Amino acid sequence: MGNSQDNMKTGAEILCECLLKEGVEVVFGFPGGVLLPLYDTFPKYPQLRHILVRHEQGASHAADAYARVTGKVGVCLATSGPGATNLVTGIANAYLDSVPVLAITGQVPTFFIGKDAFQEVDITGITIPITKYNHLVLDTTELAEYIREAIHVAQTGRPGPVLLDIPRDVLQTKTDFIFPEKVDLPGYKPKLFGHPSQIKKATDLINTVERPVIIAGRGVNISRAFAELKELAEKSQIPVVTTFLGIGCFPESHVLSYGWLGMHGMGYANKAIHHSDLVIAIGMRFDDRATGVVSAFAPHAQIVHIDIDAAEIGKNMNADVPIVGDIKNVLQVMNKQITKREHVSWLSQLDEWRTMHPATEVRDHEGLLPQYIIRQIHEVTKGDTIIVTDVGQQQMWAAQYFYYDKPNSFVSSGGLGTMGFGLPASIGAKVGAPHETVWCICGDGGFQMTVQELATMVQENLDIKIAVMNNGWLGMVRQWQELIYNKRYFGTQLYNPDFVKIAEAYGIKGVRVSKKIDVRPALEKAMDHKGPFLIEFVVEPEENVYPFVPPGKTLVEFLEMPSPMGSLKK
Amino acid sequence: MTRKHILVALVQDKPGVLNRIASTLRRRNFNIESIAVGHIEIPFLSRMTITLEGDDAKVEQVRKQLDRVVEVIRISDITYENPVEREMAMIKVKASASTRSEIIQIVDIFRANIVDVSPDSLIIVAVGNQEKVETFIELLRGFGIRELSRTGTIALPRGGAGPLTIDESKPLRHVVEHVLTEEEENLPNW
Repeated sequence: MGNSQDNMKTGAEILCECLLKEGVEVVFGFPGGVLLPLYDTFPKYPQLRHILVRHEQGASHAADAYARVTGKVGVCLATSGPGATNLVTGIANAYLDSVPVLAITGQVPTFFIGKDAFQEVDITGITIPITKYNHLVLDTTELAEYIREAIHVAQTGRPGPVLLDIPRDVLQTKTDFIFPEKVDLPGYKPKLFGHPSQIKKATDLINTVERPVIIAGRGVNISRAFAELKELAEKSQIPVVTTFLGIGCFPESHVLSYGWLGMHGMGYANKAIHHSDLVIAIGMRFDDRATGVVSAFAPHAQIVHIDIDAAEIGKNMNADVPIVGDIKNVLQVMNKQITKREHVSWLSQLDEWRTMHPATEVRDHEGLLPQYIIRQIHEVTKGDTIIVTDVGQQQMWAAQYFYYDKPNSFVSSGGLGTMGFGLPASIGAKVGAPHETVWCICGDGGFQMTVQELATMVQENLDIKIAVMNNGWLGMVRQWQELIYNKRYFGTQLYNPDFVKIAEAYGIKGVRVSKKIDVRPALEKAMDHKGPFLIEFVVEPEENVYPFVPPGKTLVEFLEMPSPMGSLKK
Repeated sequence: MTRKHILVALVQDKPGVLNRIASTLRRRNFNIESIAVGHIEIPFLSRMTITLEGDDAKVEQVRKQLDRVVEVIRISDITYENPVEREMAMIKVKASASTRSEIIQIVDIFRANIVDVSPDSLIIVAVGNQEKVETFIELLRGFGIRELSRTGTIALPRGGAGPLTIDESKPLRHVVEHVLTEEEENLPNW
């Protein structure tokens, strides 16, 4: 081993070198005992920016959002034991939303493994069901290979989180550093091109049906197939509905855009799918929040399902024409085979439904409505911002009342629905897109789950604007208690701290707004301010999210806002 | 239709593979009837044979999910390929002077082997498909079984090239790198 002495490097050095070679620029981390050799090495690699979070969960969400806005792998780092287990929520979140995240955990030295040593936990065992790939690295000579494999697996095919567990002595041992040129994973071969005859079947359908609809999911964002999707829709005049996580992959200002589907999706989007005769599902997985009762989903339609993951085909919904492949490649081939079409009566039917069920108009109301605030944020930013949300009512309003025209400008926890995601995710988004404005929309509940990351924001001087919608409730749960549990409210009313004082305690400028008239000036003040800014909006306490497809109902059985609550403003 | 299925998989011989496979099956609520693992003729590869009950569509779904496991090179459901199945059982059965000859007769009929003899018991090795092994065990039950160990099913499809036949002239590396086009590379960094 080691004919050239210069190439002898410690595991910690190898880790840093490999990350740099893979194009990693940022690591969100929190140190601990077994990671000390690595933290002792970081200063030698100033190109590798380390962002110190206040809780490992924050690191995992920041890495997740960083990956969503950049398309690159996001890296989070935690020490063994509790540090590692604190990453679990964020890893699961990335798994359900197919986000390429590399989680690196320290582990107790190899001679202690399996002996219940201090801060020892079997994190590779714990994360098997929520990672695409994970390994405990037992030998420094194998470290470079594992890092290369992990990053390759994370960001190719259907992306997902991966985890490497590295014992302290593996970080300390020196070995000859060779960066592997090739990844040797014979069992891993994402299918990138759809089968020609399947594509032919799909285009034959598209060229003949009368009431087609496209459902575009996060896969379009991942595959960056924006231009291809647009070409398909325009050439064939097919209306486009997105999934919740597909928001932004097709410009919402486009004439063929009909919002997003699902439990809180637009009524006209749900109706379009229900009455269609062909659903072209692109990079989506028929999640239960998207389909309602799945047996009654698109009852008159044939289904074309395009996804890179073969295991998604037929999982939740049977497909008449499955196509397994990378969306960009598949759509490129499809676009050559489709003919120009008009669907005049179908599109005018959709427009009629859109008028019948307006979902994005803010109603005239004296009190402070969260919907109004979101719309004002859209106006103040002219739509040119990244919106990062937490989970709950404000998440749905942020998705409904803001118009998203840019890909990946909407960052939200879809599959796992992780409260506490918003604040740390806004950090990851801002670090990944430093020249973009970032607005973090939180509720009073979720904000307090990861509030400590305000310190990270200040320490890194990240210019993030935070809107806390304070209604004094865990709003979405309260809404369900109101509508489904006959107003038996329990465990949902919040005693809240003074959020402005909290911001100030962290050194962040904050204001409180409780009147409609003060919204616009506060937003403008936030935009003009250099650095983080928090606005606490004291909003209508018992406002509900509509439309609402109650659990166990079909997509067209959505509830709309009861009329006594105010007339709709056109 | 719910029936017994036989899945065979070629996997990389790495720690944690069995764990991932078992975890995927557990998540989809499959009860693994048996699982047998052993090395094959190519270094660093193992072959797994998994038998489980389930309806065809659900098994196909889980097969695709298992195929997604990075270390799984190929996995196939050979239930309908008329496979040759065998399992082995070792049975320690009570044998007194009065029952011994009757046991030996049954062993002969089933072409099993007696591999150990002690004053009050015999160890018998039986090989066959699941049905034969089970019938044999049932027949011995009356004499008193002291210990029983079964390997679980292993199986090969009949005939020439099966789904897991390896073409040794081709390298095992099939990794397709996702190459970004120039246009993609130039997309703004959002």
